[in-house]
Amino acid sequence: MTLSLLIVQLLNGLQFGVLLFLVAAGLTLVFGVMDFINLAHGVQYMLGAYLAVTFVSLTGSFLLGLVLALAAALLLGLALEFLVFRHLYERDHLDQVLATFGLILLLNQAVKMIWGAAPLSVPVPEFLSGNVRLMDGILYPVYRFALIAAGLGVGALLWFVVEKTRTGMLLRAGASNAPMVSALGVDIRKLFMIVFAFGTMLAGFAGAMAAPILSVEPGMGDTVLILAFVVIVVGGIGSIRGAFVGALIVGLVDTLGRSSMNDLLRLFMAPASARATGAALSSMLIYLVMAAVLFVRPEGLLPAKGRS
Amino acid sequence: MAGISSNPAATATRPQAPMVRRLAPLVIFALLALLPLASALGLPGHWLTLVTRAMIFAIAALSLDLVLGIGGLISFGHAAYIGIGAYGAGILISEGQTELLVALPVILLACTVFAAITGYVSLRTRGVAFIMITLAFGQMAFYFAQALSAYGGDDGLTLYEKSTLFGREIFGNRTGFYYIALGTLAFCYWLARRLVASRFGRVLRAARENSVRVTVTGYDVDHVRLGAYVISGMMAGLSGFLLANQTDFVSPAYMSWSRSGELIFMVVLGGVGSLYGAILGALAFLVTEDVLSSLTQNWKVIFGPLIVLFVLFTHGGIAGLANKLRGRRDG
Amino acid sequence: MAEPALALKGLAKSFGALKVTNGVDLTIAPGELHALIGPNGAGKTTLVHQISGTLRPDSGAILFDGQDITRLPPQARARAGLARTFQITSTIPSLSALENVALGVQAHSAHPLSLFRDAAGDEALNEPAWEALEAVGLTERAHAPAGSLSHGEKRALEIAMALTLQPKLILLDEPLAGVGHEEGERLIALLNSLKGRFAMLLVEHDMSAVFALADRVTVLVYGGVIASGEPAAVRADPAVRQAYLGEEG
Repeated sequence: MTLSLLIVQLLNGLQFGVLLFLVAAGLTLVFGVMDFINLAHGVQYMLGAYLAVTFVSLTGSFLLGLVLALAAALLLGLALEFLVFRHLYERDHLDQVLATFGLILLLNQAVKMIWGAAPLSVPVPEFLSGNVRLMDGILYPVYRFALIAAGLGVGALLWFVVEKTRTGMLLRAGASNAPMVSALGVDIRKLFMIVFAFGTMLAGFAGAMAAPILSVEPGMGDTVLILAFVVIVVGGIGSIRGAFVGALIVGLVDTLGRSSMNDLLRLFMAPASARATGAALSSMLIYLVMAAVLFVRPEGLLPAKGRS
Repeated sequence: MAGISSNPAATATRPQAPMVRRLAPLVIFALLALLPLASALGLPGHWLTLVTRAMIFAIAALSLDLVLGIGGLISFGHAAYIGIGAYGAGILISEGQTELLVALPVILLACTVFAAITGYVSLRTRGVAFIMITLAFGQMAFYFAQALSAYGGDDGLTLYEKSTLFGREIFGNRTGFYYIALGTLAFCYWLARRLVASRFGRVLRAARENSVRVTVTGYDVDHVRLGAYVISGMMAGLSGFLLANQTDFVSPAYMSWSRSGELIFMVVLGGVGSLYGAILGALAFLVTEDVLSSLTQNWKVIFGPLIVLFVLFTHGGIAGLANKLRGRRDG
Repeated sequence: MAEPALALKGLAKSFGALKVTNGVDLTIAPGELHALIGPNGAGKTTLVHQISGTLRPDSGAILFDGQDITRLPPQARARAGLARTFQITSTIPSLSALENVALGVQAHSAHPLSLFRDAAGDEALNEPAWEALEAVGLTERAHAPAGSLSHGEKRALEIAMALTLQPKLILLDEPLAGVGHEEGERLIALLNSLKGRFAMLLVEHDMSAVFALADRVTVLVYGGVIASGEPAAVRADPAVRQAYLGEEG
């Protein structure tokens, strides 16, 4: 692999990591604060992408479409919270897993019925089209840079909210001791709803931002959900910082693994078998990394304080 | 109510243990054994195939109930073992080795190795992390199968032969296959019952309710759980072996994560921890799936909300319902 | 003289700046009932955790029957004959009382985890379990699920479970807490009847029970031992009267 290719792959890995972070942050926050495991979180990512497809083509403007898609994703999320999730907070994890699994079946199929099974896409917006010239002969799309920047921006905002504001303090306290927070006179139901809405927005935003570069198709949320789980487990459950580090690790390892495994194996294998083994190995790589991390640190790399 | 006697010498007579009679499993197996008769009397042959498939999944659901219901561990990656069993059969057959007595040991060994390694890592965590990790390991197996380009990769692998016993076709006949599946299921059920009632099973059950107590009593809880996890994985592998032979086809979809979710639903539908509930759950699930999918191709739009409603409004599944009815009758 | 059943040598444990166990020395002879008392927050339960192995001391040593067990995990200590009951009752709710006790017998049997033999009807396990239940007077409740027992019965059940571990020492963490007067009297009589069969370390707030049962008493204040000896001598100790008994009037 040449240096230029390496740089491009590093950027791709970073961009993938940022996307994963947006999904994982909401998931880990909801879990950390509410002790609620929401498998339908990936579906909210998918809905964000589909709503972006619809609203961008309706309005003809990427930004306006993005805003409308986020609003619609938020409304859908709140409706789900009101109808289903709210009744699950007190239940055990098995009930939560099962009910949100049922929602995935429903929503994946509903999306297929409404938008069709064929992959859709969103055009890259005019003002973010084109490429940036990094070095001689290396071009990198502006949109992907924008995606990285947006992700890092949201990450910084999250860090600020969680570490520096009163709401953030309540969130951190709620994550380790919910009864104490409600004893302080905080309406825990309202706090839960805010956290949930926030998580939904993050996932929807990730989906909408991914729509121009990934194909929008039913079930696209499932893959992302499982990767977000890996991110959370690697980073430490309930920890935003952990989710950020975990997301970058998973994004980089997966991207670099897929692009370099083949070359690496060719050093000591026949090309044909190197290709086959490389494909199998690189798709398993992040799970092996996850296993290694858990083997050394069962609680993850940066576990949330007050949680064991 | 004697309470605590202050005089140990005043020995009360030891009361007899109350008899536990389990009628439900007997009824289930008797009805299953008679179904081919109904088929001979005119029930469409499709039902025989469907119930065979349901019994194969019942084996996997039963194995999951061992870790989930008895051990209290929510494994979300159990479809991986169905996949390992199915691919074990599929790969051997496509390499010309159809002998069942070769395939089964290979499959059981593969399941043992996979369960021992992933179980060891997963059991270092608790609760939600365990759910996420088993899900991730299941997905790893899924992607591995997708990357197996020599054996169909993403498209799966069509089998042109079935497994044989001492070189003889035993899976060719539909009714014969039905009884093989029924026999395997009955054997697995018997095995699971014995296991739960054994010393090992007692420790496993106790650890679900109070693992600290079990630890200070002198047991290594993680070892016991890992043992249950491995046994469960082997049993699910058996189900995968039968599935490959029934469908003459193996594909990565066998170990997709939604398959793992469906297995959990089967267990909960039937009633967690009752073992025979897992069988009822698998039967109910596959029949419902079959009926709904014959009505509309968008059956999941109906099925998904059914799961949600089931979770929100019931507790204890079908077996729990049966217990409640019985309790009402006795009282 | 025989090896003491338990010897603590300079045991220390801190949580941050807080010294919860501050250089504790303590010996318990075989068969002795030794009471550990002290005001709330004196570090009694923390000490029990360190002896049973669920908490690791920062420094010092724990000798059990002459063996250094400071670094052994809890299950190994249990197998060596160190049993405990919990401050909050800890049983397996859905198993019957008999099965709860048999679980302990099983842990010390030759095949604690055999896979296929039926456990519930196994006389090799049930016979010692029945004997332990008889010793604590729970025979008639043998087949009731542990979760359905009364509070005092659960305490007795815990003691029966400890009996089956062939203990050399039992740690009793506030066995009388939350138990009514009548059941409390029965439990005291039960402990009295068990005295001498093994050593016991009794952590208890009920002073009348402590002085009725104990061979020796140790008083813990702020993680350190301020007095240790015969009940009458400890009761007369001025430091104890001031620091502890004085509080009670």
